[in-house]
Amino acid sequence: MSSAVISTTAAQGRFFVLDAETQADVCTGEASSVGGVCPAGTQRSALSSQPALDRARIIQATINNQQSKILASVAPASRLEVCPAPEMVSSGIAAIDALTGGLPRGCLTEIYGPASSGRTTLLLAALSAATHRGEVCAVVDAGDALDPQSAADAGVDLDRMLWVRCGTINSPRRHRGTEEKNHKNKNALRHPEHSLEQLLRAADLLLESGGFGLIALDLADLLPQIARRIPLTTWFRFRRAVEHMPTVLLAMERQSIAGSCSSLLIKLRVQEIDANQAAKRRQNAAHSLPRACRGGVSRGSTIQNNESAPEGQKKPTHAQLLTEIEITAEVVRSRMKRKPARSAEIIFTSQTAWTG
Amino acid sequence: MFAAIFIPNFSVAAVFRAEPELRMKAVAIFEVKPPPEKITAVSGSAECLGITPTMTKAQAELCSEVTLRPRSALQESVAHAVLLDCAQSFSPCVEDAAADTAILDLAGMESLFGAGPEIARAIHGRAGELGLDANVAVATNPDAAVIAARRFAGVTVIPSGKEAEQLGPLPVEVLFAGWQEEAADDLLSTLERWGIRNLRGLAALPEVALSERLGQQGLRLQQLARGAASRTLVPVEEPAVFEEAVELEYPVVLLEPLAFLLNRMLEQICARLASRSLATQELRLTLELEDFQSHNQQSEINNQKFQSAIGNCKSTISSRSNQFCRTLRLPLPMLDAKLFLKLLQLDLNAHPPGAPIVKIHLAAEPARLRLAQGGLFVPPTPEPEKLELTLARIASLVGQERVGSVEMLDTHRAEGFRMKRFVVGAAHETIRKKDFARDSKKERVTTAALRIFRPPLGAVVTLENGTPTRVICPKKKEVQGTVLWKAGPWRSSGDWWEREAWSRDEWDVALQSAEGVALYRLVHDLLNGVWFVEGTYD
Repeated sequence: MSSAVISTTAAQGRFFVLDAETQADVCTGEASSVGGVCPAGTQRSALSSQPALDRARIIQATINNQQSKILASVAPASRLEVCPAPEMVSSGIAAIDALTGGLPRGCLTEIYGPASSGRTTLLLAALSAATHRGEVCAVVDAGDALDPQSAADAGVDLDRMLWVRCGTINSPRRHRGTEEKNHKNKNALRHPEHSLEQLLRAADLLLESGGFGLIALDLADLLPQIARRIPLTTWFRFRRAVEHMPTVLLAMERQSIAGSCSSLLIKLRVQEIDANQAAKRRQNAAHSLPRACRGGVSRGSTIQNNESAPEGQKKPTHAQLLTEIEITAEVVRSRMKRKPARSAEIIFTSQTAWTG
Repeated sequence: MFAAIFIPNFSVAAVFRAEPELRMKAVAIFEVKPPPEKITAVSGSAECLGITPTMTKAQAELCSEVTLRPRSALQESVAHAVLLDCAQSFSPCVEDAAADTAILDLAGMESLFGAGPEIARAIHGRAGELGLDANVAVATNPDAAVIAARRFAGVTVIPSGKEAEQLGPLPVEVLFAGWQEEAADDLLSTLERWGIRNLRGLAALPEVALSERLGQQGLRLQQLARGAASRTLVPVEEPAVFEEAVELEYPVVLLEPLAFLLNRMLEQICARLASRSLATQELRLTLELEDFQSHNQQSEINNQKFQSAIGNCKSTISSRSNQFCRTLRLPLPMLDAKLFLKLLQLDLNAHPPGAPIVKIHLAAEPARLRLAQGGLFVPPTPEPEKLELTLARIASLVGQERVGSVEMLDTHRAEGFRMKRFVVGAAHETIRKKDFARDSKKERVTTAALRIFRPPLGAVVTLENGTPTRVICPKKKEVQGTVLWKAGPWRSSGDWWEREAWSRDEWDVALQSAEGVALYRLVHDLLNGVWFVEGTYD
């Protein structure tokens, strides 16, 4: 007769299935202590046999041994292994690296701030650093706002940068026009929601392709109310997709929209300018004059008025330059470190390419 | 050692290769041209049903189980090319003996493929992989190999010195394959009168007496019958392109059935290329369209030839012949039928042919296989095949010319760049390493980035002493206000000798916005006298 004994143990809630051959041995006098259920007809002559009892004890010992082994292999939640810290790579700006430890690979990093807050400057610096490491990068540009000249000036290896310019509907007729003519047609077709949809699909494809060192999603030109239409599940999907890849996923926007999906959240803003700071800047400009006068180009201070050139400095005759834009960066959230008691902030400056 | 590959029932084999699903069916091939359409070849199962090559098409149609196909010179030429590919994948010295026969010189191939039997089995297997059921024979001379391949099914190996013994039982008719019918009949009737019916009998005839009666021709036939004829092969050149073609019974209108056919053709081309250890860097798809003129007006693509500046696809439509051509250029040699199919599908979705398709022709330019070994310390890059597919998909989303890498032009004009195809290559690796070493020594300066408004935003600018003091941008409410600081002007001009001359003054201005101070680049077009905001510093 082919039947099986199914015994359950309350402690582990596991099922033990014994075949018909062992069943006869188990279902003896001590079978009830094992918790076995003996079908009718199995309580035969073995009930009184001593060797059968020994066998039952051996089986019981084996089961106990197996149970202890299984229990030993299951680690309690308190002893779960900590997820290894992500590899950090340089952002291209020493001050940001000092503040955040760099940009984490396999994580989503958000950079946000208002217009002129230095987001693109930080993005280009990160791209420059990544391309100089020999990595291939991708910029998915929702607003078609990237300036290749600025990228080249920032030191980005343009051959290693894939630029996806979202914002138009694909049509074969667009092949025939020139760049300028196309702008007029594209403007009619451009729609923020359409750009956003293209950006998300392109980002999905790039993450699926893999092999990129840095993928940047440029949402800086999108209004926050439109950018917030991206479902949180999309950000979770991006985070999950990039998790096991050596890719830095960088999102750049006006306001933080990815929520807890971002491992690093950096807020940027242009330094407030008041009368005292302006005076200080004028002093700095005076100190930095010799360096600035390279190549015979005169240089003013940060966002300096023509008329406010310091005394002793030769007043420029024809033009002033916009230099040294001071940017404040603040780490709002970081998974890599515990949140500091006070928000960590740094100030770094950027200067226009032609200031030397 | 020589090997001969023979495809029995070649017309049927060509159809089976083009339509593998017919292998299990009874198939009869009929000649289209003469008015009584006659059956020219039948498959084994059709023969069992009583269909013979002497029947007319109307007679064969009475048997409902038989599938009739017109004889296609195109399919046969492709099958012949495949036969040569199969032979050339084993030996560089291949003779194109007939449409259904190829001869290989196996000298020196033993170390690569093993002895005669192993080579013969390998050739038979390769032919099967390429969709041809072939007879393969290996012998010490080419003619003996050909005779054996024509008469013995499967794989035959004739040991050295055993040619006469092996070929002896064969009928004398095997010697006259490819002869003119009259000449062959004369000689066969003579041999019949002499009582010579097989090769053993012909081989046993005295040479002098035979030459007295049949001349040098007789001696040549006797040499063949003994398996002792010797000659050098006339090698055939390697093909410049690998082609597959299909003529459709009914025009295809939708892309889905077209993709099904393309898939089969691509798999066949890839198998052929793989058998030669080759890949391809260029695929040319030519679609012959039905009733081109009427569809031409609908699709508004009359007699045009356009090519994307950065795209990997070129489209050509010829009005003389109703053909629609697409060329798929790949950055690196690749050999992946699925990838090619996806790329062609994406391309045809973006550029539909515009008329029903009656004939498909696919050609692949052969290229050497890509040999690449990743370095231990080289950063990972996207796989070329995956990247190509990703780029094609993104291009179908945003447009072909809106995805790629940037190439800066030698000009100071605004937007002085152009998009080019994005290729991950290691061509300039050494140069870049040097650049990096040089750059790392320099002190890095953070460069302020400009974000461009495309197209530029027209602005109303209030001037005071020739300098902007207030900016109003009607299209973008954020970009307006009193100028807090300004720097400039920076005057530039160029291309004055051309129609697209430009001259402009650039100002960097700071405006107070709701979120704080924002920096913009203001441009005064001196030729048109208009102001616009070109971008913002960010």
